[in-house]
Amino acid sequence: MPNVSMTVNGKAVSAEVEPRTLLVQFLREKLSLTGTHVGCDTSQCGACVVHINGKSVKACTTLALQNEGAEVTTIEGLAQNGEMHPMQAAFKEHHGLQCGFCTPGMVMSAIDLVKTHPNPDEKTIREGLEGNICRCTGYQNIVKAVKTAADNMGG
Amino acid sequence: MSSETGIGASVRRKEDKRFLTGKGRYLDDINRPGQAYGVFLRSPHAFAKIKSIDTAEAGKAPGVVAIYTGADLAADGIGGLICGWAITSKDGEPHKAPAHPAIAVDTVRHVGDQVAFVIADSLAEAKDAAELIEVDYEELTPVVSGADALASGAPQVHDDVPGNLCYDWELGDQAAVDAAFAAAAHVTKMDIYNNRLVPNAMEPRAAIGDFDSGTDEIVLYTTSQNPHVARLVLSAFVGIAPEHKLRVIAPDVGGGFGSKIFIYAEETVCAWAARKIDRPVKWTAERSESFLSDAHGRDHHTTAELAMDANGKFLGLRVNTVANMGAYLSTFATSVPSYLYATLLAGQYTTPAIYANVKAVFTNTAPVDAYRGAGRPEATYVVERMVERAARDLGISPVELRKRNFIAPDAYPYETPVIMTYDSGNYPLNMDTALKLIDYDGYAARKAESESRGKKRGIGFSSFIEACGIAPSAAVGSLGAGVGLWESAQVRFNPTGGVTVFTGSHSHGQGHETTFAQLITEHLGVPIENVEISHGDTGKVPFGMGTYGSRSLAVGGSAIMRAVDKIVEKGKKVAAHLMEASVEDIEHANGVFKVAGTDKQVTMAEVAFAAYVPHNYPPDLEPGMDETAFYDPTNFTFPAGTHIAEVEIDPETGVVEVVDWAASDDFGNVINPMIVEGQIHGGVAQGIGQALLENAVYDSETGQLLTGSYMDYTMPRADDFPSLKVETTNTPCPGNPLGVKGCGEAGAIAAPAALMNAITDALGVEIDMPATREKVWRAAQTVQQAAE
Repeated sequence: MPNVSMTVNGKAVSAEVEPRTLLVQFLREKLSLTGTHVGCDTSQCGACVVHINGKSVKACTTLALQNEGAEVTTIEGLAQNGEMHPMQAAFKEHHGLQCGFCTPGMVMSAIDLVKTHPNPDEKTIREGLEGNICRCTGYQNIVKAVKTAADNMGG
Repeated sequence: MSSETGIGASVRRKEDKRFLTGKGRYLDDINRPGQAYGVFLRSPHAFAKIKSIDTAEAGKAPGVVAIYTGADLAADGIGGLICGWAITSKDGEPHKAPAHPAIAVDTVRHVGDQVAFVIADSLAEAKDAAELIEVDYEELTPVVSGADALASGAPQVHDDVPGNLCYDWELGDQAAVDAAFAAAAHVTKMDIYNNRLVPNAMEPRAAIGDFDSGTDEIVLYTTSQNPHVARLVLSAFVGIAPEHKLRVIAPDVGGGFGSKIFIYAEETVCAWAARKIDRPVKWTAERSESFLSDAHGRDHHTTAELAMDANGKFLGLRVNTVANMGAYLSTFATSVPSYLYATLLAGQYTTPAIYANVKAVFTNTAPVDAYRGAGRPEATYVVERMVERAARDLGISPVELRKRNFIAPDAYPYETPVIMTYDSGNYPLNMDTALKLIDYDGYAARKAESESRGKKRGIGFSSFIEACGIAPSAAVGSLGAGVGLWESAQVRFNPTGGVTVFTGSHSHGQGHETTFAQLITEHLGVPIENVEISHGDTGKVPFGMGTYGSRSLAVGGSAIMRAVDKIVEKGKKVAAHLMEASVEDIEHANGVFKVAGTDKQVTMAEVAFAAYVPHNYPPDLEPGMDETAFYDPTNFTFPAGTHIAEVEIDPETGVVEVVDWAASDDFGNVINPMIVEGQIHGGVAQGIGQALLENAVYDSETGQLLTGSYMDYTMPRADDFPSLKVETTNTPCPGNPLGVKGCGEAGAIAAPAALMNAITDALGVEIDMPATREKVWRAAQTVQQAAE
């Protein structure tokens, strides 16, 4: 089996993988980083979004082997010294999550959205999160959270 | 509010940290040592005889541990899946309950029916081996719609169910309704379809069976809303293991909406197979399997007639519904289109005579069962579209027509003609509150402005009611329920003052860990960070009936309150001893025990410590501060409200924009307003999804599910909604100690009728859900051509 090496949440990792292993499987099964979720089988739901080299990517659309040498950040890598990332904190403050299953992907997408649009209006946020499905919240409090986080992230 | 973390405070959720940092523990995140992986081979046909299954090649594939078929389950005496609610047809016959094997034996009856279970060392090996199983099918002609299944000569889904009729049930006084129609000045009639939905909790269902041959205990990890019910059914009816040798754990569960109430084939097979191979067996659904095998929702064809006098006063309602049950009866399927549906057909109105006839039928589709609202959305949809249509027929404002027929705020308790006794409410207040929120006075100007841009604007109302907090055990027992519907709670003080509450309710997004903790903080004065809520494990929680029917706070929260009462009662005895006073003189408030009329006091923490270190303790009192209570409600609760939708339609494209939404809901007392508002947002989103986007469609010839993935089934996304305006009114529920009514399903119940009423108001013609762009465009074009 081929070997793949990458940096995940700041740590160098290396493992043998079957060539068909998706990045999301690699994260969940080889690294036990189970915060990245699988919610569908057609790359629609966005529960598996992670950052690869700083950009949000659905981890079910890329093979582990394609990410040789990449810098990957998952939901587990956001909090620093026990302090939640401003996006995580805003989701808590505005009740932007209920069951929590879509939340990691939603948070990872939202961070990239704010990076691209530092001062997003409601329409930009709603359209920007179109690739992430949430069945619980009706999105309203997610939108509020992203707006607050954008303000707090110095947008 | 006693504090910033007590009742009435929007306390930020205690559970959020783990979900936000990737530390939630959902089922697929759990792995057991030595675990094998299971894959179900599913039927590609809607209806076929299984002539033979050849597993020889598959059995030799790398990594394969075992392959099981329906014959293996039957050989072990594993019973079929059951339906737990007995319905009696109008001719006195019990409902037809055909066999529902966890793995098909000789016939498959819907696409996705289980045919074989392949277990291997890895998931990939199990999948590869499943491909090698040869099944020889003899295809039969399927039937997928409820109406078609009732037609003479229709394919017979079960040999022992003539005419595919599960039951033909009625409720209400038919003669009184006939008389009302005979006396009517006007009758409004509609054919209404309530479209079939796929629940689509974001976490797919999953299970791990884990058997300990040393103790003979099976631990079943499963994505359940009610682990104790799963244990009861799997022991008592399916025969997996005796109840004391079966532990069911439902860890963090990623949404349910009803679909995770039921006891499914897959978890049954995992629990059974773990013992067979003496290894843990894990199965996780792929989304396409969820589409095929999760219990679906709704799918009612209804004809309704409303009789009115010359002033628009409702005289009688006649409803005929065909409910599609799918191929087999899911766990509570029979109750949904009967007692959870027709009992709500009075809505918020004084309609004196109501008659409903419901025919439940089998088809070659996935089983249909409770989905957020379960019967009550179907009832509200019928009533509220009828009322709106009647207003249009009579040329009366839909607001005015509703107000003429609302049950008055001073009329409670109010007995409806369909066996419900509403306990409290204020329907005109909700209407007025919602009208203000939407700025109804400014609507005409907004409509004119839309027209100036070539757009069609519409406004629609839905004054919904639901019966939730299900339910008094004796009442539902008399209606056919096979279980009691109480709840239990254990409140355990630890010696150092922290509290653990064990509850039989199960949280899969509702925020119980916060709301329930607020009850303890409010009543026992324990800082909220010192309260832990434990749920979802039959090995920890005394007992429980789980979470559905918006019952957790009204029933589960009330059980906690009963346990709190016991804690206080015992605490008074300890406090009296510590302060050398008589028990009758001890007063308790907010975790402080005082001797009446003095400044002597001890805190709950001191009392709890004394109970565990009873050096100075009443001689006739048990040590410990740990109380369990069961609570059985005395009635349903009756949340009600009015939702108003405003839409703008582009007649050239059929695009419907939901431009505004106002909701005024009466949930009785509110413990955590932030969480309640979130429940409304989510419920309305599902209702808007149903009305605008979602539709489970089976091909009428092949029985294939045409909408079997997120590529085909339109899930609502962030840009499908406006920000909703939500307010609550608070008429306390007189029936439970918290005065609460339940808010989980309200949005999904109210929303579809409001939105469809707005869309049809804009279009000027009636259409059915979902109001897809094509359907709306065609309707708009037809209207335009007729006008030209």
